[in-house]
Amino acid sequence: MMVHFSKEGFDKALEQGGLMMVDFWADWCGPCKMLGPVIEDLAGQYEGKAIVGKVNVDEEQELAIRYGVMSIPTVIFFKDGKEIDRKVGVMPAGAFSQVLDQNQ
Amino acid sequence: MAHDIIVLGSGPAGLAAAVAARGRNKSVQVIGNRWQDSPLAKAERVDNYLGMPGRTGTEMLEEFYRHAEALGVEFVVGRAISLMAWNGFMVTVGAEVCEGRALILAPGVQRQAKYPGEAEYLGRGVSYCATCDGMLYRNKPVAVVGRSHDAPQEANYLKSLGCRVTYVSAREPQGLDPDIPFVKAGRLTVRGEGTVTALEADGKEISCAGVFILRPAVAPTDLLPALETENGVIKVDRRMATNLEGVFAAGDCTGGPLQVSKAVGEGHIAALSACEYLDQQ
Repeated sequence: MMVHFSKEGFDKALEQGGLMMVDFWADWCGPCKMLGPVIEDLAGQYEGKAIVGKVNVDEEQELAIRYGVMSIPTVIFFKDGKEIDRKVGVMPAGAFSQVLDQNQ
Repeated sequence: MAHDIIVLGSGPAGLAAAVAARGRNKSVQVIGNRWQDSPLAKAERVDNYLGMPGRTGTEMLEEFYRHAEALGVEFVVGRAISLMAWNGFMVTVGAEVCEGRALILAPGVQRQAKYPGEAEYLGRGVSYCATCDGMLYRNKPVAVVGRSHDAPQEANYLKSLGCRVTYVSAREPQGLDPDIPFVKAGRLTVRGEGTVTALEADGKEISCAGVFILRPAVAPTDLLPALETENGVIKVDRRMATNLEGVFAAGDCTGGPLQVSKAVGEGHIAALSACEYLDQQ
């Protein structure tokens, strides 16, 4: 299931320390809309193995600033509360699942 | 709604492909700049197009465009900034997403190599999309490298968001907000430390957090990194098929001669191959 993170929800999930993949997006961004279904699909595929969520940079500007998001879509991977990888721009699903698989 | 075929490029190859595909009753969406902005529009006289000598490039383009329009081809004016193969193909133009089941690449030739530092800082200050990333640079200094006709409008848009814009191009821009400083320069380098810190323009540094590089088109190999090329042009077979399933290419992007008749012929073949591909699905 995909999570739409608020700042509080995001910080709480981060604290738990598991594998997380977070898509920073906004609705005025065409490429983000295009990536949306891919992220949703991955959320289903990795159910129970990773938390897959989205952060709307328009609503959660603080998170976008904290992680230095300079271009959207940006997908950031976290483990043990720390960033382990990030992918900027539209990419095929395999680019994301590879990172998730390597960090199980 | 998904179209049968998406064509990238509105020059002779793209329009010929669109016309041929309409002839097979496929729905077609053409994504490209205005036909007036095609390099062919600059040709004062074209004498080697069969049966139609002595026309200007503009006359030819306008007739090609009207022909396609009359046959029900749909047009989206703008730059394709990203592309994804996912249940067919999705292409984004600004905030809009276009969907199609087959793809024909006819974007012409890129006469511009990447600037030093551009690839290195892509996504870390370098952006190709003002609509997407403008908001992330609110209240920050940005440089707009204007190489496309609509670049001054994009710069004005960034200013309206609250970005502190400097406009850089080799030629005086038309339609630029007079409050935006213009720097005339041709030799550009993106500088940074982790993220972008400046754009060097003809040896002078312009401090900025972001550089928006706005070209007439994003190169097909940037849109589709798996696309195979040979000697700098897209590799195709006799059917104008590329190495990627459902992706065809036509016109100058497949190599010389850079002539209208060659572009039109290839566009026609690419469309028929795309139709055949769709009919076999």
